[in-house]
Formats: sequence, C-alpha cells, structure tokens
Amino acid sequence: MLIPIGLPIKETGEVKSVYDYIEKLPPGSAILVSMDYDPAALAELYPMTIAILRHAFSKDIKVIGMTLWITGASLGDIAMREAAEGKAQMGEDYVYLGYVPGGANVIMRMGEDISAVFLKDYSGRITSEIPLMKNIKNYKDISLMIDLAAGATPEAWVVYAGAKYNQTIAVGCTAVSAVGYYPFLNTKQIIGLIGGMKGAAEYEKLIKTRGTATAGMDSQSIAHIAIIVLIIVANISYFAMRRKKPGE
Amino acid sequence: MGTYIGIWIAAGLTLCIYSFLYKDNPFFKFAEHLFVGVSAGYTIAITWNEAILKLIWEPMKTKNDFTVLIPAAIGLLMFSRFIPKYRWLIRWPLAFIIGVGAGASIPRVMQSLIFEQTAATLKPVAFNLASINTVIIAVGVICTLIYFFFSLEHKGPVGIVSKIGIIFLMVSFGAAFGYTIMARISLLIERVYFLLHDWLHII
Repeated sequence: MLIPIGLPIKETGEVKSVYDYIEKLPPGSAILVSMDYDPAALAELYPMTIAILRHAFSKDIKVIGMTLWITGASLGDIAMREAAEGKAQMGEDYVYLGYVPGGANVIMRMGEDISAVFLKDYSGRITSEIPLMKNIKNYKDISLMIDLAAGATPEAWVVYAGAKYNQTIAVGCTAVSAVGYYPFLNTKQIIGLIGGMKGAAEYEKLIKTRGTATAGMDSQSIAHIAIIVLIIVANISYFAMRRKKPGE
Repeated sequence: MGTYIGIWIAAGLTLCIYSFLYKDNPFFKFAEHLFVGVSAGYTIAITWNEAILKLIWEPMKTKNDFTVLIPAAIGLLMFSRFIPKYRWLIRWPLAFIIGVGAGASIPRVMQSLIFEQTAATLKPVAFNLASINTVIIAVGVICTLIYFFFSLEHKGPVGIVSKIGIIFLMVSFGAAFGYTIMARISLLIERVYFLLHDWLHII
C-alpha cells in the first residue's frame, strides 16, 4: 500500500457479465441494489457497491437501493450519497428505501408492490410520491437486481425473486461465500458473480477507476504469495520430519 | 470536526482490537463489549423506528388502520415464554411463522435449489470444450454422493469412486479455504488502509 507495485488485475467472465449487462441497459432503466451487509464486510463490499453505483449513474440508469440487514441500514445511505455526488439526484435518479423487517417476505411482497412494502424511504419521504418510484411498481419494472451480500441473502433472492418473478439477478459477495454461489452461476440463476475484494477490483478496472479495492490488490497478492510459501515450507518440513522419525 | 472525532475513535478502537494479537487485555475487552452494546442498541433503535413506528404506530395514527394491532398482538405473544403460566401461547406465533414460511418456501426452494441444480448436473454432453465442465460436474456429484453413501462398504469399485469423491471434496475445501484467506486478508488491508490513509494520512 505504501509503495504501489501495480500487479495486473485480470477481469473474469463472471464479473464482466455483470458489467456488460449494465452497460447494455438503455438509459432510464431501473436496477435494484440490495446492500445486505454490515460494517464487518465493508472492506470487500463497499468498494464493489461504489463501483456498481457509479457505473449505473454514468449510464443514466436509475437505482433503487435497499437493505435486508438491519445493521447495514445507514451504510446503504452513505454509499448511495457518495456514489451519486455530482452525478445523480436523489429522488430523480436514485432512491434509498432503507430497511424493512421481514427478510424473504419482503422479497416476495416486493413482487407485488414495492411502495407497499417500503412505505417511506430512508429519509422519510412517502415512497409512492418519490418521482423515481412513480413508474416503478414491482420487479416487472426492474431490469436487474444486484444483491451485495455478506450472508445468505442471495439464495433468498434467487428463490423468491428469481424463481417466482423471473427477476434477473446478479450477486456481489464476500470472498468467503463466493464458492457457494458458483452453482447458481452454472445454472444461470444469476447472471454474474463479483467475489470479494478481487471482484471489486476487477469491476473498478472495468469502469476505469482506481478505488480502494484496486489499491489493496497489491497487498492482497503479496499476502497470498506469502501464504503459499508458508504452506509449501510447512509441508516440506512435515514430510522431512516424518521421514526422519523411523530412524531417529 | 465530527468526522475527525469519529476517525480518531475508530482508529483507537481498531488498535484496541488488534492489541489482542499481543495478548488478551482490558483494551480489547473494552472494545469488544462496546461493540456488542452498540450493535444491540443500534438494532433496537432501527427496529423501533422501522417496525414499531413505521409499520404499527403510523398506520394507526395517520390512516386510523387498527388492523395492524392483530399481527402486533400475535408478535407480542413471542414474549409469553418469559411468563411460565402463559408460556404455551408462544406456539401461536411460531405456528404462524412456520406455516407461512414452509408454505411459501417449499415449492420455490425445491424448484430453485433442487430441480434447477439437478437439471444443470445432468446436461447432455456434446463433443466440445464446454462439455468438459459438464462431465467434471457430473462425475464430481456422483463420486461425492457415493462417498456419503454408507450402506455399502467402501471397498473395490465403490472404494475407488468414493476416493475420487474425496478428491473432489478436497478441491472444494481448498477453493473455500483460498477464498476465506482472501476475505480475511481483505479485512486486514481495509483496516490498515484506514489507519494509514484516513487516520495518519501517510498514503
């Protein structure tokens, strides 16, 4: 971090497909971004959130933000305000609906009427009276749903919004949980997967921005090399000790 | 000014938590307990605002909609477990949650997590590169399932197949472990970045 090396970051297909999908959306389309994480996952998911939101705003795509995580309610607001600064207008280009309790029930009820689930947005305005929400009733009016998740919410989105309402879904998640969502990518239940800081750095590269994820990738790569070396050394010493034992 | 105070508090608490790397100490315990307390308080405040005020109080106040009291009363029965005489009343809200939850989720979960995944595992194989993945997935699923099939002794051909299943499991655990390392390193990087950039302004 102190001395940036600039190790190459290669974008993977699963990240690029999210980028391409947003890139191809016509201006004025709406996407739903559910920021289902808390401060513990900020390192990986916040840069991802900012990159996706900036990409959407640069394409004049309307963004509806929300969260299913109670401890992430204010983070979504901070992220949307930061990404929108000077690029998008609250109420016109984006809206942050905040948190409503209910988990899977919220996802299901949003398929009928979003304004009936989120009666007011995070700043207290009546949702149905917000200009952006006047033409958006439910999933039919949303081109893409992106779940940025620190937990198991992508599964709920796939089950209740994907299977029931045929909502197109993309997932951004922490690296720990990324392995669990590859089966959904294989079945095309999600169109793309952005995993951890590496995924966020790839997205930053795609939108040609150097954010905090890109800044951290040199350290990440060097830490990985150090761990690989330690694993090799530990294994060599283990086998050496095992060979030594019989004739001690 | 408020931002600077927040950064200093966050930096101090980060150092308190990392002091555990040396050994358990009162600074770590203070930060740990503060985190638990603040999280609980924050959760209660948001629940009060988003659920009690917005979903119960406001409909009654602005629309004279008192039907919201019915689900609120059912929800309150969850607390009946604290009164031994009326503990049995908790069965009603639980029955409601389990009934609605199971009814809504079983068909969708079957469709999304079982049928779709099974269909993707049994894709037809063609003579192209994409089919290599299909074959690997099918072999992996079958071998792993046989590894967890305990009605037959794992000897002979069954033993060989179950050993291949172990290899697939190990590869899966390795991938999960690799991703876990990446996640943990990311957390450390973010904290170090915060300390050096936001707090000390070195980078």
